[in-house]
Amino acid sequence: MEPRKRGQLIHLLHQAQTQEGYISAEAIAAIARKLKISEGEVFGVVTFYKGFSLKPQGKHKVTLCMGTACHVRGAPLILDELERTLQIPAGETTPDGLFTLETVNCVGACALGPIVIVDGEYHGQVKPREVKNLLVKVDENLDRLKEQ
Amino acid sequence: MKITNIEKLKEKVINSRDKTKTWVTVCGGTGCHAYGCMKVVEAFQEEIKKKNLVDTVGVRTTGCHGFCERGPLVVIQPEGIFYQRVGVDDVPAIVEETVVNKKIVEKLLYRDPQTKQAIIHEQDVPFYSKQKRIIFGNNGLIDPTDIRDYIAVDGYQALAKVLFEMTADEVIKEIKKSGLRGRGGAGFLTGLKWEICRRESAPIKYLICNADEGDPGAYMDRSLLEGNPHSVIEGMIIGAYAIGATEGFIYVRMEYPLAVKNITIAIEQARKFGLLGESILGSEFSFELHVFKGAGAFVSGEETSLMASIEGRRAFPRQKPPFPAQKGLWGYPTNINNVETWANVPLIINKGADWYSKIGTKSSKGTKIFSLVGKINNTGLVEVPMGISLREIIYEIGGGIKDNKKFKAVQTGGPSGGCIPAEMLDLPIDFDTLTKAGSMMGSGGMIVMDEDTCMVDVARYFLQFTQEESCGKCVPCRLGTRQLYEILTRITKGQGEPEDLKRLKDLAKTVKTGSLCGLGQTAPNPVLTTLKYFRHEYEAHIFRHECPALSCKDLIIYYIEPEKCVGCLLCLKNCPVGAISGERKQVHVIDQELCVKCGACLDVCPPKVRAVSKYTGKKKQQILNKEKKARRR
Ligand SMILES: Cc1cc2nc3c(=O)[nH]c(=O)nc-3n(C[C@H](O)[C@H](O)[C@H](O)COP(=O)(O)O)c2cc1C
Ligand code: SF4
Ligand code: SF4
Ligand code: FES
Ligand code: FES
Repeated sequence: MEPRKRGQLIHLLHQAQTQEGYISAEAIAAIARKLKISEGEVFGVVTFYKGFSLKPQGKHKVTLCMGTACHVRGAPLILDELERTLQIPAGETTPDGLFTLETVNCVGACALGPIVIVDGEYHGQVKPREVKNLLVKVDENLDRLKEQ
Repeated sequence: MKITNIEKLKEKVINSRDKTKTWVTVCGGTGCHAYGCMKVVEAFQEEIKKKNLVDTVGVRTTGCHGFCERGPLVVIQPEGIFYQRVGVDDVPAIVEETVVNKKIVEKLLYRDPQTKQAIIHEQDVPFYSKQKRIIFGNNGLIDPTDIRDYIAVDGYQALAKVLFEMTADEVIKEIKKSGLRGRGGAGFLTGLKWEICRRESAPIKYLICNADEGDPGAYMDRSLLEGNPHSVIEGMIIGAYAIGATEGFIYVRMEYPLAVKNITIAIEQARKFGLLGESILGSEFSFELHVFKGAGAFVSGEETSLMASIEGRRAFPRQKPPFPAQKGLWGYPTNINNVETWANVPLIINKGADWYSKIGTKSSKGTKIFSLVGKINNTGLVEVPMGISLREIIYEIGGGIKDNKKFKAVQTGGPSGGCIPAEMLDLPIDFDTLTKAGSMMGSGGMIVMDEDTCMVDVARYFLQFTQEESCGKCVPCRLGTRQLYEILTRITKGQGEPEDLKRLKDLAKTVKTGSLCGLGQTAPNPVLTTLKYFRHEYEAHIFRHECPALSCKDLIIYYIEPEKCVGCLLCLKNCPVGAISGERKQVHVIDQELCVKCGACLDVCPPKVRAVSKYTGKKKQQILNKEKKARRR
């Protein structure tokens, strides 16, 4: 069963990420020890998969679907608007740690595209001009952030 | 409770149920979730309690019914009364009128947009009536978290038949005879694949269900796992028996939390019932099944890289042969099939290969579930017999194009596929006709595009996708997709050169031939098909700086027609960058330097006024020149 030990790697990384919100250096070290592989190997796997993040995530998570169905229904315009409002490119977290913006490819709710998921809540048929309200609703600090 | 006789158990399940009971079934698929269906479920439960109906009325949360466009969906069983767009506020009326008084709540019925007629029963809705839902149909009937629901609709009967009445060779023969081809993309004959794996002699063999579903815009695999997980499990146990595998994995992409949850519950229940684990149903056959959650890499859907991923490594594809059937997981023979392929297996065993192979075309048997999405009226999952025409799917089932726009193309096969133009709408679709058209069946994504979709932009979109998802192992794939993407981006910005058309073609060829895995080999398809069928759009961008679909941001302007503008301030208030100026009741003007082309102004301008237009090419230039002159004055 020894060669199969390493098969736990991705599972352990998921666990670490669920607990801490990201994959910390300590988590990498602990997992490497547990599976008896080098930290470099764990790191290589973490960076290969988009599902793992090496950086702490913001308080609120904003996810935009960029799948094909959402794309043809105007997701790029929503992305522009999200990036403009949050003043960060997709994949980043606002400097104050409030919002992380990320894109995914199809969450399987194509009938409602374009889709924005804010802290696990799905918003369908989003229009660019509704973006700001969606964000302000979860955190009033957004307005302040913009005025600074 | 370990069971040994599935037929008896079915009887028991059915007899234990009150046949006079009314069931309120609410779709709990991801689409309906997003519409807030769980609140509707709670409201039903409360209302039923309040009215003391708990003994005679049950609430059942099911998987996706397919007609996601009209969610949240509620079907009252056994009558099959179909309500759509149901909100929490509608719940008391449904309970009072339909459940208690057996009357219809008119306003929640689906209305045929053409005939304007209200339709009462689910099966009469055109979206459903033209489908052939032999795989997907049970989704609406069962609670995926209760194995007894599956057993009540003949679940695990095929498994019992296989274990006690058929040899492994007979199972393989039956699957071969059915003509079933893999639903994961390439369409390889399933029975043949099993046979190759069976013939390998090895102490251990593995089985995998590929539920990575990477095609962005396809979600049938997810809906099967979410809504009818036991059909996939049953198919896998049958496959394991045929091949001689003792352990299996279901590799689910991480973006599908509900599917992971439901399949995990289903495996636990199957184990409890003695349908997984040691000596299944009291036979000599044993099989274990695990769920493996992916980590967000498109390439991990490719079979060899998927296995690397399960082994805890980076998901790099490798050279074939050896094929997984020869050397797979940890070096042992492994058979890998797609979710929908597995779900077909119990049906074939139950109904027989002869019955099954009557459905479909000469080379492609059975049905296929497509995810019909994009600019279509009835977005959803549709299951149709192979050989049906695109026109039937898009117009008869899909109800045509949204907002009465003109159909332009349909994209099938995801990032590996291509765009099929209007001239080919009558193409009977199966694995081979789609490939011949330059596209692919793929996993069943079907994205409908209308006159507002720019085909160069679509090609650019897919190349951006493959370029990001290339694992980087092969130079032509890594650099070639990047270059294709850069050229396409340039063209959509109006900076294309006449030589680009040839460059695209040559590069496409290099990438196709110089790549190891299917990702690279098929990545150029979106470019090649759009070049073939929509060359005029490329030419318009390159030679006239014009985007005929008025979609490419750098090639269009938004413009307020002075003679139409009523000065209502709406657009001005909605512009995110303050690019619009104007006083109440006076003509508003867009500052083109400031405008970021978000489209909000066009969106909010009242339908009666419609003062905002988009322009491209010559007309755009004329307007800009005019404005420049006016400013100088
Ligand atoms: C880049 C790439 C991605 C793939 N993604 C998937 C996928 O998400 N789901 C799937 O079932 N097959 C996918 N495949 C096909 C698999 O490699 C494999 O052929 C399939 O799972 C076999 O199952 P089938 O015979 O039942 O179709 C992909 C192939 C390639 C090259
Ligand atoms: S073709 Fe592309 S994705 Fe496939 S192995 Fe080569 S580099 Fe990786
Ligand atoms: S397109 Fe958007 S940015 Fe441009 S004027 Fe209209 S509302 Fe303003
Ligand atoms: S493409 Fe966005 S949900 Fe499917
Ligand atoms: S999710 Fe409810 S019909 Fe598809």
